[in-house]
Amino acid sequence: MKILYFAWLKTKAGIAAEEVTPPESVTDVASLIAWLKTRSAGHAAALADLSVVRIAVNQEFARPGDPVRPGDEVALFPPMTGG
Amino acid sequence: MIRVQQEDFDPAAEVERLVAGNHAIGGVVTFIGLVRDLADGRGFHAMTLEHYPGMTEKMLGDIEAEANRRWPLAASLIVHRYGRLAPGDRIVLVAVASAHRQAAFEACAFLVDWLKTRAPFWKLEETDTGAHWVAARASDDAAAERWTVTGAKAAE
Repeated sequence: MKILYFAWLKTKAGIAAEEVTPPESVTDVASLIAWLKTRSAGHAAALADLSVVRIAVNQEFARPGDPVRPGDEVALFPPMTGG
Repeated sequence: MIRVQQEDFDPAAEVERLVAGNHAIGGVVTFIGLVRDLADGRGFHAMTLEHYPGMTEKMLGDIEAEANRRWPLAASLIVHRYGRLAPGDRIVLVAVASAHRQAAFEACAFLVDWLKTRAPFWKLEETDTGAHWVAARASDDAAAERWTVTGAKAAE
């Protein structure tokens, strides 16, 4: 599974992209994020306040209950500020 | 049509290309977004627009398709830049052509409101006090939200 971090999540996590193999207990977005938080202090800091984190699975916006599978591309980023 | 690019664009040339040869078009509405001083006097020098390559194109395409579903448009174009931009630089062009002005005005406003909250771009501003990620504005969410009502009405 590929995880991408953008904007300040990238700065806090200290990484822009990583290839991960979560345990089998990780089946949805919520359990994936809970697991990612345990990877480092930087990950925990980046994902501390989920009210300012947006999630996309395979480039579509996703919610905590949406499924994740091996091979998915999961992106974590703050609310958008384009335009 | 959508384009995501680092280089600047020429609004007049873009509009000319968009409407060329289509005499069913009665009007074109354009929006040009510019880099403005975001820093409230803290000495704003430049900003860098980061984006999510792949998803950006997909979301802009989805938003454009939604506008075409809601209004009878003859042609539409979104050009969004990324990378380092200085105050006064152009960031985004939205151009919408239709037989009648009302559809063009409404669709253009819809596209700008929606791309602000749905296209994966993030602004990193450089000021005297360092580099800061710009926080999203609640007013942008509210602007996008109003189309869940009026956009549906317009499509009736």
